[in-house]
Amino acid sequence: MAIKYDKIIASEIISQFGGRPEMLVQVLHALVERYGYISDEAIRQVATELNISRAEVHGVVSFYHDFRTSPPAKHILKICQAEACQAMGSRQLTAHAESKLGVQMHGSTDNVTLEPVYCLGNCACSPAVIIDDKVYGRVDANKLDKLIDECGV
Amino acid sequence: MSNQVTVFVPRETSAVSLGAHDVAEKLAAVENVNVVRNGSWGASWLEPLVEVVVGDDRIAYGPVEVGDLDSLLEAGFLTGGKHPLCLGPISEIPYLKNQERWTFWRCGLIDPISIADFQAHKGFAGLQKAFEKGPEYVLDQIKTSGLRGRGGAGFPTGIKWQTVADTEGEQKYITCNADEGDSGTFSDRLLMEGDPLNLIEGMIIAGFAVGASKGYIYLRSEYPLTRRVLTKALLAARDSGWLGQDIQGSGFDFDIDIHIGGGSYVCGEETAMLESLEGKAGVIRYKPPLPAIEGLFGKPTVVNNVVTLGSVPLIMALGAEKYAEFGVGRSKGTLAFQLAGNIKRGGMVEKAFGLTLRELIEDFGGGTATGRPVRAVQVGGPLGAYLTAEQLDTPLDYEAFAEMGGMIGHGGIVVFDDTVDMAAQARFAMEFCAIESCGKCTPCRIGSVRGVEVIDRIVSNEDREENITLLNDLCDTMIDGSLCAMGGMTPFPVRSALESFPEDFNK
Ligand SMILES: Cc1cc2nc3c(=O)[nH]c(=O)nc-3n(C[C@H](O)[C@H](O)[C@H](O)COP(=O)(O)O)c2cc1C
Ligand code: SF4
Ligand code: FES
Repeated sequence: MAIKYDKIIASEIISQFGGRPEMLVQVLHALVERYGYISDEAIRQVATELNISRAEVHGVVSFYHDFRTSPPAKHILKICQAEACQAMGSRQLTAHAESKLGVQMHGSTDNVTLEPVYCLGNCACSPAVIIDDKVYGRVDANKLDKLIDECGV
Repeated sequence: MSNQVTVFVPRETSAVSLGAHDVAEKLAAVENVNVVRNGSWGASWLEPLVEVVVGDDRIAYGPVEVGDLDSLLEAGFLTGGKHPLCLGPISEIPYLKNQERWTFWRCGLIDPISIADFQAHKGFAGLQKAFEKGPEYVLDQIKTSGLRGRGGAGFPTGIKWQTVADTEGEQKYITCNADEGDSGTFSDRLLMEGDPLNLIEGMIIAGFAVGASKGYIYLRSEYPLTRRVLTKALLAARDSGWLGQDIQGSGFDFDIDIHIGGGSYVCGEETAMLESLEGKAGVIRYKPPLPAIEGLFGKPTVVNNVVTLGSVPLIMALGAEKYAEFGVGRSKGTLAFQLAGNIKRGGMVEKAFGLTLRELIEDFGGGTATGRPVRAVQVGGPLGAYLTAEQLDTPLDYEAFAEMGGMIGHGGIVVFDDTVDMAAQARFAMEFCAIESCGKCTPCRIGSVRGVEVIDRIVSNEDREENITLLNDLCDTMIDGSLCAMGGMTPFPVRSALESFPEDFNK
C-alpha cells in the first residue's frame, strides 16, 4: 500500500472515468485502491481535473466511510459490528482483536489497521471479518489470531 | 473425456469465506475432474457445499473443508460414495425441497456467468416475450402479478414503472439498488453471485417497459466478490448481444454500468443513492418530486431492489397469474427470507408470504446455533423492532407485520439467544444512527447522539425515571421530525427493547 503518489498515474486513473464529475465517487475508489487513501494532493488534483471545487471533493471524501485521508497499514482488518454478528459474539471478538493488536478500533499497528464494518452479507456465517478484500466467516478468537499472524509482524 | 466428472463448488461469498476457493483449487488438480463454480443454493450453514454429478443426480457433500478432501476422495465421492459429509441428492435436502423457489430457482443450479447454461434454463425467455408483446403488455403483467418492492417499502412495482413510462423524457434510467445495508440480509448478494444474468434480464425488461436505455447497479463496496461476478456477467451478456445496441435484433438499446457505494448505510435510501450515483455525498432529497418523475440527473428513473428486478423475468416467462398464486392478501408472490445471527441452519429461504416466524426459525433454522433459547428476534434490518420469543406466531405478510408495529423490510431475520443484552442492542441502534445519519435533520443527527448518552445513564442508574421519560421523548421527536426512516425508525428497535425487555435496563 506504500505506493508513492504520482500525478501522472493519478491523472490516468481519473481520466479513465472520462473526466466526468458524476464519477467522483468511483474516481475516489480507484485512487484509494491504488494509494490506500486520499491525500490533500489527490483532492487538489481531482478537483482540477473534474472541474469542481476542492470543497466539493472534500465534502464527498468526508461523507463516505470508505475514503480515508491518512495512509493505512499494510493490511486493513474490518470486523463486522452489525446485529447478526453481534448475536454471535462480534463484540468479544473485537475486544480480542484490540487486545491482541494493542490498538483500539480505527487504530493501526505497522501491519494492520483495525476498522469497523456494518455487514458483509455473511450474516448466516457470523461473526464475519474482511481483510483487504477477502471475507471470512465463523471467525472465533483462534481463527482471528491466525489471520492476524498471516498479516505479518 | 467420457469419464470426466463434473463437480460444483460455489464461488459465493459465504462459501468462499469458509474456504471454497481452496477446495475448488485442490479438486481442479485431480485428474478428470471438471470444476464448475456455481452460486450458492442458499443453505449457508452447509457451505462450502460441494456437488458431484452422478448420472442424473447431483450428490451433495458439506460443509467441505480442504482437509476433508483426502477422505472424500478415498470414499469415492467422485462417484457419489458414502461419507459422513454426504447429504444425498441436492434436490432431496429438506431445507431446499420445502422452499418455493421463484426468483432464486436457478441459484446454485447453473454456472452464473454462462449464457448457454442460463438459456438452457429459461434464461432470456421473459425478455423475448417482452420484445414480442410490447411495453404495454409488460406493464400490465407486472401490475397483475402484484409484485411489490423487496427493498423495504413494499411499493407496487407496476405502478412505479407506469409512472416512469408515462413521464415524458428523452432519457430515462433504470437503477438497481444493490446497497443491501441491512444487517441479516444477503439475498441480493446471493442472487447477484448465483444468477446475475437474471438481474440483467430484469433490468433490460424494465428499460424496455418504461423506455430507458441506460441502467446502473449501485453495489455496496462491502461486496468485492459480487462485483467480480457481476462484471463477468455483464461482459458475457455484452459479448453475446444480450446487452448494448440493438439487443438480439430487437432494435432496443440498453446497457448497464456498476457503481460502487462508499460504505454508507443511508445511501440505500433511494434518493441518497441517486445523489451518490451522481457523484455526490449521499444526502437524502426531499420528496416530491418522486424519483420516477425527477430521479437521476433530474430524469425519470426507476429505482428497484435487486430481488424485485430479479423476480420480473420469470413473471414474464410464466405469466403474472402464476406468480400471484403465491402469497396471501396483498402480499403476493414469494419472499427471500434470510435466517441470520444465532441460528443453527442459517441461510436463505424463499417461500410464499404467510408462513410464520416460528416456522422459519424452528423448522428451517433449527433454533439457535448455541442451542440456547431464542430470546429476541430482529426482523427487517437495523430499523426493525425487536420481537420476543412469544411474538413468533405472526404470519409473515406486509400487513400483519405492520399491524404489530414491525416490518418485513428486506426479509432479514436476526436471531439472538438468551445471553443477549437488550440495553446494549438499544444503545447500538442509536449509535448506528449517529454514525450513519446523513446529517440533514437535527432530530436524527443530534437525537441519536443524545440517545446513546441517555441509555448509558439509564443503565448506570442515574435518575432512572427521568431518563426513561427523556428517552421516550427523544424517540417521539425523532419519529416526528425526521425526513427519512433512518431517524424516523431508529426508535423502533430502541423502544421495543425498552418495552419488551425492561429488566435489561435495570441490572
Ligand atoms: C435508511 C434506508 C436504507 C435503505 N436501504 C436499502 C437498501 O440497501 N436496498 C434497497 O433495495 N432498498 C433500501 N431502502 C429502500 C429504498 O429507499 C427504496 O424504497 C427501494 O430501493 C425501492 O426499490 P423496491 O421498490 O424494488 O423495493 C432503504 C431505505 C432507507 C430509508
Ligand atoms: S432522518 Fe437522518 S438520514 Fe434521514 S434525512 Fe434526516 S438526517 Fe438524513
Ligand atoms: S451482520 Fe455481520 S455480516 Fe451481516
